[in-house]
Amino acid sequence: MSSELPGASELVIGGIITKPGSSLEYKTGDWRVLRPVIDQEKCVRCRLCWVYCPDAAILEVDEEYVTKKGRKYKVSYKVNYDYCKGCGICAEECPVNAIQMVPEYEKKG
Amino acid sequence: MRIEIRWHGRGGQGAVTASEIVAAAAILEGKNALAFPEFGAERRGAPVRAYTRITDEPEIARTPVVSPDIVIILDPSLITPAYVEGLKENGCVIANAPEDPKDLAKRLNLKEGVRVATVDATSIALKWLRAPIVNTAILGALIKATGIVKLDTVVNLVKERFPGKIGEANASAVKDAYENTKVIDLE
Amino acid sequence: MASLEVAKEVKKPKPLSTNSAVAYAVKDLDVDVVSAYPITPQTTVVEKIADFIANGELDAEMIHVESEHSALSAAIGAAATGARTFTATASQGLALMHEILHIASGMRMPIVMSVAMRALSAPISIWNDHSDVMNARDAGWIIYFVSSAQEAYDTIIQAFKLAEDPDILLPVMVAYDGYVMSHTIEPVITEDRDEVLKFAPKRPFPYRLDPDNPVTMGPIADPNWFYEIKYQQVMAMERALEKAREIDEEFRKTFGRGYGIYECFMCDDAEALIVAKTSYAATLKTILPKMWEKGYKVGLLRLRLYRPFPVEDFKNILDKVDAVLVIDRAISYGAPLQGPLAMEFSSLIVKEDLKLNLTSVVAGIGQRRMIDSDFENLVKLAWESRTKKYDRTIFYGVRL
Repeated sequence: MSSELPGASELVIGGIITKPGSSLEYKTGDWRVLRPVIDQEKCVRCRLCWVYCPDAAILEVDEEYVTKKGRKYKVSYKVNYDYCKGCGICAEECPVNAIQMVPEYEKKG
Repeated sequence: MRIEIRWHGRGGQGAVTASEIVAAAAILEGKNALAFPEFGAERRGAPVRAYTRITDEPEIARTPVVSPDIVIILDPSLITPAYVEGLKENGCVIANAPEDPKDLAKRLNLKEGVRVATVDATSIALKWLRAPIVNTAILGALIKATGIVKLDTVVNLVKERFPGKIGEANASAVKDAYENTKVIDLE
Repeated sequence: MASLEVAKEVKKPKPLSTNSAVAYAVKDLDVDVVSAYPITPQTTVVEKIADFIANGELDAEMIHVESEHSALSAAIGAAATGARTFTATASQGLALMHEILHIASGMRMPIVMSVAMRALSAPISIWNDHSDVMNARDAGWIIYFVSSAQEAYDTIIQAFKLAEDPDILLPVMVAYDGYVMSHTIEPVITEDRDEVLKFAPKRPFPYRLDPDNPVTMGPIADPNWFYEIKYQQVMAMERALEKAREIDEEFRKTFGRGYGIYECFMCDDAEALIVAKTSYAATLKTILPKMWEKGYKVGLLRLRLYRPFPVEDFKNILDKVDAVLVIDRAISYGAPLQGPLAMEFSSLIVKEDLKLNLTSVVAGIGQRRMIDSDFENLVKLAWESRTKKYDRTIFYGVRL
């Protein structure tokens, strides 16, 4: 692998990363064993999952949601599966058990 | 020209400062010079030695002076033959002592050809500074006995080093000692 | 055409210690940040700089820190913002910096540091030898050894120009003997600040920290990247040799003083050489002429630029003599030769297939007294070593 990477004369000195946000290019979603699934019905929009997520992989999106009982929320919480490593902190912290950790790969047969 | 001076005093008398002022004066008068203490003993009351080298050559040794042209003793308790060890044949001894140079020469077993100078630097220091800090007084004696640097240069440096009234008092001590130093050449 | 040969005003030297001379250079270079912790015999460098700042002669930020580890860490932070940054230390302070020395060079920070060299404890010694810098030689810093207060002043100026060169970007140490130089008064010519800044204009770190253009410095580098980034330091260090030579030459043209990257004193027709640095080299320059009159044709190779090591130059010099005696003021315990510099010359001799005898001498440890006659003895030893091989390091002057 390393032979395809830039050599010492091509690299910026000192390992300096000259552009911000380059970590976006490194998708860590495939590290996951369990994936968090948010139940929009149970979710009370307290934002705690967004606060606790160590990878900023919980997204607060402007998406209206109306529950079956008729409660209307202006935002929804979603998981960015490109970066979520499946640590389960969101599920642990959720006060209303709205997040379930579901196996990425179901046993087949 | 290569003049090597060895200074003997006790911590607090200002031997190191005096060694530096002489080097500084020589430098300002266009010569090459070094001054450095024998480091580590700079405690009040402990015996201290310092060195000054003056030359007109570009290179200058940074070793301790073991065969001085001039030995300067700032403290009367250090006037013993051990402190003039290595003195060059036509060397010079300058001491803070109230006695006559002849008597001092006897006490130190100095041989013919040596120049001896004495000054009561302690009294002069007490008179001008009200403290037994004899270094500036002994500078006056050095200038009188050897002329290796000029009185004016030293007086100006002393005033620069000790600004204000203290500088004036020290300058007076230099001049007072210069006037009252007794010098003889042993025959 | 107007004559370019306008006679320069002859400047009068000031009586300064090497520590003061370093502080004057820092002032004349208009350094922006000084971060240091006091340690004997370095302290008066920073005291003098503090005076300059207090008097308004230097507009710099003085960062007071709680240790040398922090002093260099803060210096890195300052240099990373593009500030011209200086620090100074000695002995235990340099040892405490050790971890950060590697970080400064690895992050390519153009920091300049003066070192008033002092022995390392234990037992406690406040006196001079070269244990501290020899212990730090593999930390990726450019290292100069200087032999006078004037050379210290001039080299601090050269060091900033070298460190900040975009092809180099490495930290530089300028080392001299504690006490024997740091506290010794001697003549020093200082230059006008405008002239100094014209010679060494500020060239801030090209990737400096800037909120408008964020960068990441000192990131983790996994095994796919680390090696290349360290090899960049190898390349920069190699480039520094010729760059240092050019800068010294330019300095000579500008200010009339130059030193080269090493000095060969009485090397013509010499049959043996002594390798020495700092105050010992200065003293040997007063000893050798007398020894030549007595028939000892021994020259002096004075080490000035130590890292990078002037391999080609030294090869050509050693090629002309029958023997070389290397004086070390540090001990490499248990090594094939216990003088670390002697080992480097030994490897040079083997690598270049030179035919001459090498004698390793350790002397002046903890500032053990060395008077003129001791240097004469070393000259005689160098002379003898043309025909006599000393296999082991000689610990000169130690009581057994």
